[in-house]
Amino acid sequence: MVKINGTPLEIAGTSLADYLDAAGYDFSRIAVERNGAIVPKTQYADIILVNGDTLEVVSFVGGG
Amino acid sequence: MIPSKEELNHALKMRHGEALHTRISTAVIAVCGLGGLGSNIAVSLARAGVGKLILIDFDQVDVSNLHRQQYKASQVGLDKTQALSQNLREISPYIDLETHTVRIADEDDVRKLLSSADIICEAFDHAEAKSMLTNAVLELLPDKYLIAASGMAGLGSANAIQTRQITSRFYLCGDRLSDAHEGLGLMAPRVMLCAAHQAQMALRILAYEFEP
Repeated sequence: MVKINGTPLEIAGTSLADYLDAAGYDFSRIAVERNGAIVPKTQYADIILVNGDTLEVVSFVGGG
Repeated sequence: MIPSKEELNHALKMRHGEALHTRISTAVIAVCGLGGLGSNIAVSLARAGVGKLILIDFDQVDVSNLHRQQYKASQVGLDKTQALSQNLREISPYIDLETHTVRIADEDDVRKLLSSADIICEAFDHAEAKSMLTNAVLELLPDKYLIAASGMAGLGSANAIQTRQITSRFYLCGDRLSDAHEGLGLMAPRVMLCAAHQAQMALRILAYEFEP
């Protein structure tokens, strides 16, 4: 299981970029934390999710 | 009459205790964006006695800012860096202010402008700019604390505004959902609440309280 924003998902083996794309995230508005560290955007395509990964996808909205 | 530096320091020391006052008064905090969030964050931090603020915004005070930002009608047209500096010096006359009237556009700007800060407050308006700054700070300046904000528009409950810790160095304030757009504008109290969360988290970090 891969846990993303608190929800367990059967997506081990998927790349982070493919997951984010399928989930509809706008890459220009997010920051991704994986197992306690921020993931550089240039690595989204290279990271393959594995069982036990815990991620938080922060999706920013406007206003300030 | 304006109190002396010693009088003001003494008052803060009495209130905060010597150890905490020393940490606050020697801290350098950057505020990126001086709108509804940033201007209110800066006012809170100046009142608390933060030693140095780095204030960054490319924009000028507009009449449409006055309903939520810490500027006065007489300051319309001034650079926000200049107007806010004036207002902060009325509150805290001996504060050290470094201002940059520029847009933080890329990673080079982040390195150049923010390397001397201990804590960085993200207070931009646009989601893309928030994302850019967050990613750049956490990737390039991993020893900094970043306190960002997302979701504070409209008249939703004040109680929905929260501080969450995402990584050991990254805090996120707001309700995470309320996107500002036509018909869902920013209201002074809710933006101030979110700004207060950010300023409070900054002070907590200086007090070595790292829980959100």
